[in-house]
Amino acid sequence: MTALLEVVDVTRSFGAVAAVQGVSFPLLAGEAHALVGENGAGKSTIVKMLAGVHRPDTGTLRVRGADVEFTGPADAKAAGIAVIYQEPMLFPDLSVAENIAMGNQPLTRLRQIDRRARHANAERLFGRLGVHLDPDRPARGLSIADQQIVEIAKALSSDARILVMDEPTAALTAVEVDRLFAVVRSLRDEGAAIMFISHRFEEVTALCQRVTILRDGRHVCTEEVAGLSVDDMIRRMVGRDLSALFPKQDVTPGDVVLEVDGLGRAGVFADVSFQVRAGEIVALAGLVGAGRSEVMQAVFGVDRYDTGAVRLFGRPLPPRSPRAAMTAGMALVPEDRRQQGLVMDLSIERNVTLPRARKLSRLGLLWGGRERREAGTWTRRLQTKLGRLSDSVGTLSGGNQQKVVLAKWLATSPKLLIVDEPTRGIDVGTKAEVHRLMSSLAADGLAIVMVSSELPEVLGMADRVVVLREGRVTAQLTRAEATEESVMYAAMGRPVTAP
Amino acid sequence: MSSLATAPAAALQGLLRARELGIVLALAALVAYTAAGNPRFLSGQSIRDILLNTAILAVMAAGQAVVVITRNIDLSVGSVLAVSAFGVATLMSANPSLPIVVALLAGLAVGAACGLLNGVLVRYGRVPALVVTLGTLYIYRGVTYSWAGGQQVNADELPPHFLRFANDSILGVPWLVLIAVVVIGGVSLMMRNYRLGREMYAMGSSPQAAELAGIRVARNTIGAFLLSGALAGLAGVLFAARFGTVDAAAGTGYELNVVAAVVVGGVAVFGGSGTVWGAGLGALLLTVIGSALAVLDINQFWQQAIVGALIVLAIGADRLVAVRIAGSLRKRDSHV
Amino acid sequence: MSDLRRRVASWDVLVVLLTVVVLVTAAGVVENFGTSRNATFLVLDLLPIALVALPMTLIIVTGEIDLSVASTLGLCSAVMGLLWNNGLSLESIIGICVLLGAVLGVVNGFLVTALGLPSLAVTIGTLALYRGLAFVVLGDGAVADFPLAFTGWVTGTIGGTPIPNVGIPLVVLAVLFGVALHATPFGRSLFAIGANAQAAHFSGIRVARTTFWLYVLSGAVAGLAGVLWTLRYSSARADNGAGLELAVVAAVLLGGVSIFGGKGTLPGVLAGVVLLAALQNALRLEDVSGQALNIVTGVLLVASVLLPNIATSIRTSWQRRRLRRAAAQ
Repeated sequence: MTALLEVVDVTRSFGAVAAVQGVSFPLLAGEAHALVGENGAGKSTIVKMLAGVHRPDTGTLRVRGADVEFTGPADAKAAGIAVIYQEPMLFPDLSVAENIAMGNQPLTRLRQIDRRARHANAERLFGRLGVHLDPDRPARGLSIADQQIVEIAKALSSDARILVMDEPTAALTAVEVDRLFAVVRSLRDEGAAIMFISHRFEEVTALCQRVTILRDGRHVCTEEVAGLSVDDMIRRMVGRDLSALFPKQDVTPGDVVLEVDGLGRAGVFADVSFQVRAGEIVALAGLVGAGRSEVMQAVFGVDRYDTGAVRLFGRPLPPRSPRAAMTAGMALVPEDRRQQGLVMDLSIERNVTLPRARKLSRLGLLWGGRERREAGTWTRRLQTKLGRLSDSVGTLSGGNQQKVVLAKWLATSPKLLIVDEPTRGIDVGTKAEVHRLMSSLAADGLAIVMVSSELPEVLGMADRVVVLREGRVTAQLTRAEATEESVMYAAMGRPVTAP
Repeated sequence: MSSLATAPAAALQGLLRARELGIVLALAALVAYTAAGNPRFLSGQSIRDILLNTAILAVMAAGQAVVVITRNIDLSVGSVLAVSAFGVATLMSANPSLPIVVALLAGLAVGAACGLLNGVLVRYGRVPALVVTLGTLYIYRGVTYSWAGGQQVNADELPPHFLRFANDSILGVPWLVLIAVVVIGGVSLMMRNYRLGREMYAMGSSPQAAELAGIRVARNTIGAFLLSGALAGLAGVLFAARFGTVDAAAGTGYELNVVAAVVVGGVAVFGGSGTVWGAGLGALLLTVIGSALAVLDINQFWQQAIVGALIVLAIGADRLVAVRIAGSLRKRDSHV
Repeated sequence: MSDLRRRVASWDVLVVLLTVVVLVTAAGVVENFGTSRNATFLVLDLLPIALVALPMTLIIVTGEIDLSVASTLGLCSAVMGLLWNNGLSLESIIGICVLLGAVLGVVNGFLVTALGLPSLAVTIGTLALYRGLAFVVLGDGAVADFPLAFTGWVTGTIGGTPIPNVGIPLVVLAVLFGVALHATPFGRSLFAIGANAQAAHFSGIRVARTTFWLYVLSGAVAGLAGVLWTLRYSSARADNGAGLELAVVAAVLLGGVSIFGGKGTLPGVLAGVVLLAALQNALRLEDVSGQALNIVTGVLLVASVLLPNIATSIRTSWQRRRLRRAAAQ
């Protein structure tokens, strides 16, 4: 097999931080090649170099043996590289067909855009992908999975021979992942080179032949996937052995803290009821799109609900008021850290003390260093790695950002902590720290609701598992009852078939 | 391809079309009501006046629409009009033998230069369009004042063929109106059927995705401002020809009328949707309102208030439509 | 050290320094600039812009904008004239006008927060609407016979100082707004809303309600500015303050507030206001046309964003070159 693309000794720094240092690996025609590493290992930087967004400081990229220098994404596209990002990059106002054709619009003889050819092309691609999407509808309002499909159609339409996929499965259901993999395999068999980035090792082993592992911006190894166990990969990513990923201590549950009673919202979820006791970790499991985050956001009051009630220590909470929920002792660590959890432009200390600014003020004024002291206390307690508290929170790595979100809410001394995908997109080491923290908080009597898409995390951490499917509770399992099979059965509403 | 899948798309297109249709209906109703009150409103002279008054606004609105579609704004157009109007008037009074075409080209060139500066500052200076064009609104106006130094160019200093240009017609259509129609038509076509135009919609719809799609954002951004500037410059020539007397205050405050026409015409303030001919209709509607008030003998002072109310109404209606569409699309998804 | 350097290098500090330099230079070079009489006029001239800039700063920090302020000022001035002609007492008229300003702000706030419309478009609409209503109320005439007790107080000075009486409400309001923005939970929430409204909502901040009240505040202050404007020139006219909104926005941006929200300081904004007014005043004394000053205003405005951007890109390109060189060795 020949190398379609070679990354040769590339280095790239941002400010004082070296994101990628001297990384080399080839991408062969007809292979699916995984790129794995913890967050901050340099995966996205490499993706952005291949996409033409960043230029390497030193080192080169070679396409079909020739050195290339991309001055922008257009150059990378012209070189036959298509990149599919974790978050789809569509134009909401334009039609699906036009989204697919953008940058490569078919023209009539008068150099006008050939709408008919464009439409036919979209139909043809959707046929190939085996999906039914209306090419004339606007991209606005498409589900994440459908947006991802449009992205893939886009890549197919440009006849790219090198396909870079940055965590394309993060928001997809199992069925959709299967369909995506089928398409990727057929592309691979036609001789395309696929670069596949994922945090899910089962996907790496299912799809890829070779894997390149990065650690702290450096190349660790490039090897056949078949010769590596998942443990091997983790060890090389982290550089040390990991024990006890999910150390939940056993706790005798206390009084009921949270009661969710018949909560419903038209078209999103219906008749959701469950209880959480002090010292308990209750996991909300289910497929992406089952309505788990929506339920918890309604419980916390950032979103509305139409029916039902939420009670904390037996007292009903007013709907649509995060402030009332906070005052009553509730805290929500949201799913989307960058958009919901943190104000990226503000400093670390302002972020930590944002919900508590009122409490920290004296006579309504915030003088002196009270915010800084409070922020210092909590970031130290969570062992957050940071420069100065006055740095903007955007300068931190993903794992440390998550610690800042946790610090921000733990500082409010909550009685009920809701964590939504608490370890999504953070590295394995920090993940273990977060799990240890949650466990010890529960041991101290905190009631925790955890929304998680990672089954091992759910099974390892939860005292009880509440499973949602299409907005309804389909099972409430105790720790003993909860197995991969029982949870997946409830989540999919049918027996699990072998993958 | 089931008919079920196309229904919402068709409904959506219908709603979008309804936006321009809404303006046409409002226009028709307004004209009918006014003409019923005073038949003189439909006289040839009255219609001619309305169209001539619309022409200048519509030319500027076409350029502004393109800028707004790319998710930018150009507040400097009133000042660009002044630079161009005063410059061309000075040029023509000094060289009375120059043909009209030279005047038009000079105006376009002056405006294009102003627009180019705007575009370069927005793109390469990474300064938000609102800030840049608010700044150049002052700068271009100040330049005109310094240049004019309190002087004005009067109609009797301008060559007669230049002034006649504003009133002459070809095949019964006044030149000014013809120019406006050609500009609106040409720019509409570019935005609808050519790559450049579609890329501009894409940029306004999602700037980040546009960068990643390899769209030449820099060229297109600068192009949009260049076009807006050039058309404001052209409007300056039309202004000078129509009014004859030009001082440094020409076109003061026009930027708001132009933005109003674009917004009323259905171009989304945050880019990505709307049409150029919709903006042209918006300009026509605003002008007709002014004339109708005069004809109906309603206090002229109401005009501005009505324009303001109309802007608020227009964006409110857009919002409503957007919410409806989102709702219908979501409902459709939940059934799949 | 580098914290200090960063602070000095920030635009709002630079603009304060620049303002001091301009004031000192003008006092030395321009004849009559440093006289106490001129100082009084300087303060009187910058008063309306400074007043309206206070709530405008808060609004722009939250990432919104209010372009209707000058029209609110004009409408309040016109209503003031109308009510005075109808024989109301000036004390009650002043109260009514400030209240009217607040009501006009309620309309803006409702459209922006309850209906979720873009504030730029909404306030361009109400800019035209309020100004139009001002003309409907008063036509193109003027009401000028306001009692000397009031007009004299507005233009009068405190004791023997050159500070005009109206400087008192300005200073009081400036301190209140400054403290509110920079040292209260309310101010913290404004920055959070401007930088990321969704994250602010998730942190228990009542985004819509906060924004709504900012517009009410903006309207009320514009109403007050309308009253003071009318009394200062002893003339209630529908076109009072026309175009002032752009000068106010220019001053706020010049003072280092980001048009995208989330960044800015009130001292910077006040320096921006003083800088523009001082330049205008000095150039007028030098017989330079006030309109030509537009060029200076515009250049400063663009420079306030452009220069920091250029500085940043030069810094990063230096760093990059250094790294390349280090790597080459």
